Amino acid sequence: MAAEARGIVAILEPAAAPTLTAEVLGVARRLGNDLSEPVTAVVLGGAQVEAGRLWELGADRVIRVVHPLLELFNLDAAVNALEPLLRRENPNVVLMAHTFQGRALGPALAFRLQTGVATDCVDLRTDSQDRWVVLTRSILGGNFRAEIVIGSRPQVVTLRPKAFPPAEPEVGRAGAEEEFTPELDPARIRQEVRRRVQEAPTEGVRLEDARIVVAGGRGLGGPENWYLIEELARALGAAVGASRAVTDAGWVPTSLQVGLTGKAISPDLYIAVGISGAVQHMAGVSSAKTIVAINKDPDATIFKYARFGVVGDAKQILPALIREVKKALGKE
Amino acid sequence: MNIVVCIKYVPDWEAPASQFRIEDTRLVPAPGIGYRISDTDDEAIEAALRLKEKHGGRVTAISLGPSAARDGLKHALAMGCDQAILLEDPAFEESDAAGTAVALAAAIRKLGEFDLILTGRQAADWDQGQVHAGIAELLGLPAVIPAKYIEWTGSEFIVHRIYEEGYEEVAVKPPCIVACSNEIAEPRYPTLRGIMAASRAQIPVWTAADLGVDPSQAGRAGRRTRVLRLYTPQVEARCEFIEGDTPEEIAAKLVQRLREEKLL
Repeated sequence: MAAEARGIVAILEPAAAPTLTAEVLGVARRLGNDLSEPVTAVVLGGAQVEAGRLWELGADRVIRVVHPLLELFNLDAAVNALEPLLRRENPNVVLMAHTFQGRALGPALAFRLQTGVATDCVDLRTDSQDRWVVLTRSILGGNFRAEIVIGSRPQVVTLRPKAFPPAEPEVGRAGAEEEFTPELDPARIRQEVRRRVQEAPTEGVRLEDARIVVAGGRGLGGPENWYLIEELARALGAAVGASRAVTDAGWVPTSLQVGLTGKAISPDLYIAVGISGAVQHMAGVSSAKTIVAINKDPDATIFKYARFGVVGDAKQILPALIREVKKALGKE
Repeated sequence: MNIVVCIKYVPDWEAPASQFRIEDTRLVPAPGIGYRISDTDDEAIEAALRLKEKHGGRVTAISLGPSAARDGLKHALAMGCDQAILLEDPAFEESDAAGTAVALAAAIRKLGEFDLILTGRQAADWDQGQVHAGIAELLGLPAVIPAKYIEWTGSEFIVHRIYEEGYEEVAVKPPCIVACSNEIAEPRYPTLRGIMAASRAQIPVWTAADLGVDPSQAGRAGRRTRVLRLYTPQVEARCEFIEGDTPEEIAAKLVQRLREEKLL
């Protein structure tokens, strides 16, 4: 008889924002406590990652999976490296963030291991009797939610960034560590990742980490008015985001897109300008604390989510708002 | 170049939530709600057609039932696909991503030689983004997920895979599978001639038996996930509208309120 699947494995990306790592480990620790199962942090391609911080965030054991082909994310290399490790570990649950890496890796790993996967989960709870996890996913863009269970192990889960509280570090907590060097058969690495092209601005605050985000949509009228978004962001020390309508239209790079198919963010203040508030967009800001909406259309859906609303033309409101913000923050 | 595009025909995901009803663990659209080819699946069709126009070959669109998907496949033909096939069988009903991937992979195998499979990045109804990875695994193909650009150099595909800060240039040899993101290509409108031709086209239906799919691998029996319940998340509307006679007055009031709330 096969050994019982046990343990929580959190697959971590060394380049991920520290808060995202803490979110995934926070969920892993919670499941580990609820189910009395150990937590293993698996760092894909992360020779330089300090185990200490991961122990403090809740990992009992840290496994670094190290291979030159894992330095940039290569789906074939990642799946072929993780498959033997996960077969050896035989965990109950495999967690990872629903980043662009997780979006590809979660389903690919699940199919390789012939198990089920729940993607982009926004909540979860345990059913301790059978050690299944009840997973909440948002569907139809966010208009509805579904609670699902995966009926096989490992239960593979990708977690929506910013949807779960980050683990609080427990200073001095220590654990075990090891290195895993996969044998990768070149014949099974059928894709080559040649280079990475950064399109997001390299200066200023990162969209995912920003405390304030100013985002623009089609209601701005045209790309010639985009400077108003940038000026307001500069005045506030904020990051710039965009709706899919304007990234699709090519006004700004895809990396600024906020929403279901873009980034999930959780600023304290989100100023949405000329954004109608489709659920697919709101899925990316459901963890924002305060939303300010500026929109011409008084019936725009965005006002249902907003704490403060201004009905008006962004081209008139923004120049005045930029002046007021500068005055208030003493930048004038 | 022979390309297979997998499409899903789904209720209009941009319809208001009030137009859907929860029935046990299913989401039922109101009778008036139209169906559309899912978001990013139509971009996948467009990407396939552009590759074909440049390099020759055939584009085949396939979709897993219900029979309403026939209309989606006719749209694909009207856009310029050469062939469309509907996979329909009671054994496929209630398939989750695992069963869907099994049926689509079997159909692609039955089609014979191909260079490229294109799909959308995630279907607009359940937003899962799994089937592409499943087909890749079942057919033993490399997959690039999700892509915003694809070109054929004569010996390999160059694909731009999206990541948080931009993209990665991935080189992959055929046969392979690429999940398309919305940026990849703006879908064309069908021409009148295309619509006429599509309306006369016969769309073959392949069943589980035609595909040699073991019924235990698809439909309800093949599910790897189970839906416990569906519900509507509550949004609490509490918007405070800031008003004034001039933009300056509105802006000043807004800044004042944000300062009072310690947001600035």
